[in-house]
Amino acid sequence: MSATLNDEIRKVLSDHARLPMQAGSIDENADLFQAGMSSHASVNVMLALEDAFDIEFPDAMLRRSVFESISAIADAVAQLSPQAA
Amino acid sequence: VLKFSADQSLSGYEMSVRVGIDLVSVEEVERSIAAHGERYLSRIYSEQELVDSRARPSRLAARFAAKEAAMKALGRDDEGFGWKSIEVKRRDDGQPTLELAGEAAELAHRRGVRKITVSLTHERDRAAAVVVMETN
Repeated sequence: MSATLNDEIRKVLSDHARLPMQAGSIDENADLFQAGMSSHASVNVMLALEDAFDIEFPDAMLRRSVFESISAIADAVAQLSPQAA
Repeated sequence: VLKFSADQSLSGYEMSVRVGIDLVSVEEVERSIAAHGERYLSRIYSEQELVDSRARPSRLAARFAAKEAAMKALGRDDEGFGWKSIEVKRRDDGQPTLELAGEAAELAHRRGVRKITVSLTHERDRAAAVVVMETN
């Protein structure tokens, strides 16, 4: 997974996830919900990801596991927007 | 008068329930509306929910809490479904009710849910909901 994609995801998380720590310091496999991201904040993250990558998450992808870590989000973004990977 | 005690079995009262609870910051809802506007509203809330609550972020926050509480009560493993498949409606007497559609309704069916009760509350900065599902 490209460092650039993860960096862009960290930027979205920094702006929208309302985590108690710097998004830049989070391990890419760390559980974001356990780190303090609320379910409502995950909605903002989803909408911001759609803006950042010009994608749309279908309902079938609105699962906890899709948004639970930076690497999981990167996989989802890559699936929805192959050119982003 | 029915009296209950810890060692008393309630023969004849066989009922199982699933419970979910959620708490939402009203400010977070306001921030979402400011950041994403109509896209946020139309993605999360049904047309009726927006008619009932659009002008009151605290009410929207209570509805979001109800959707999350319902997902918790359903014991969602990792099924994907949209927020609009769980909808808060108001009965004529003002009491809120919860309606499920699509994948959420199918999951409720698989869980044996036969009755759903929802309770909402909000203050200036927080909203909460409790959902109780009676099952077979």
